[in-house]
Amino acid sequence: MSESIKQFLYLNRKAPYGTIYAWESLEVVLIGAAFDQDVSLAFVDDGVFQLTKNQDTSAVGMKNFSPTYAALGDYEVKKIYVEKESLEERGLSLDDLQHLTWEDEDDDWAEKDSIHLVTRSEMTAIMDGADVVFSF
Amino acid sequence: MKFAIQVNEGPYQHQAADSAYFFAKAALEKGHEVFRVFFYHDGVNNSTRLTTPPQDDRNIVERWAELAEQYDLDMVVCVAAAQRRGVVDEGEAQRNGKDSTNIDPRFRISGLGQLVEAAIQSDRLVVFGD
Repeated sequence: MSESIKQFLYLNRKAPYGTIYAWESLEVVLIGAAFDQDVSLAFVDDGVFQLTKNQDTSAVGMKNFSPTYAALGDYEVKKIYVEKESLEERGLSLDDLQHLTWEDEDDDWAEKDSIHLVTRSEMTAIMDGADVVFSF
Repeated sequence: MKFAIQVNEGPYQHQAADSAYFFAKAALEKGHEVFRVFFYHDGVNNSTRLTTPPQDDRNIVERWAELAEQYDLDMVVCVAAAQRRGVVDEGEAQRNGKDSTNIDPRFRISGLGQLVEAAIQSDRLVVFGD
C-alpha cells in the first residue's frame, strides 16, 4: 500500500431511493474509511435529498439507510459539503437536513458540525482540489 | 499514466459500458497502464459469461475478457454489488448456497477495498456512468 495520503471526494448527485447509487456510494465511503485517506463528501443536485431528516421508506418497501449518515463521524468523515444552490432550488434549507457531527479528540471530544454549506463556486473549488473524485 | 477505471452501468442498457471499454483499450494501445477495471453498481453485469447478444451485435463481456487476456488486465467485480444482482463465482456460490455460477473466469469478484486501493495507486480514476 502506498504511503501517500490523497484527497478523496465522494460526490453524491442523486436522490436516495430512485436508484441505488446513493446507498452503494455510502458503502464505498464506509469501506474506504479503513484506508486512512483525507475524505470529504459532497452533496449536489438531487443528492442533497440523501441527507434530509425524517426519511420514511415504508411506502416504497426499501431499507431506510439514512441513519447510516449519522455514523460517518465515527468513521473519521468530518467534512460534508452541501451545495447551497442545490438546496434552495429544491425548497430545502439546512434545517431540513440531519444534524451530523464528529467528535474532536484534540478538543476534549467536543462535538462539531460535519455539514458545511458551500456555494456552487466554492463547490467547484472543492472538486478542483481533490485528487480523486468518486462520482455517484 | 496509470489509470483506474470504474464502470457503473450494465452492458447494452447504457453506453457507459462501451465507453469504458474503448477508453481502456485506447489507453493500453497508447502504452499507458490500467491498474484495474472495477465494476460497480449494475456494471457488475458486464462480467456474466451467459450473455448471448445477437450475432450482428458486439459481445461486450467477451470484448472485456479478450482485452484482459491481451493486456493481463485486472478486472474486479464488486462482491456486494454482485451478490445483490446475482453475479456469482464458484466461491460465492458455495458460500451462499447457490446452485450455479455465471461469471466469466477472466473477471474476479472482490471487495470495495480494491476500488479504493486502485484510486490510491493510480494517477487518475476515470468513472463511467450517469
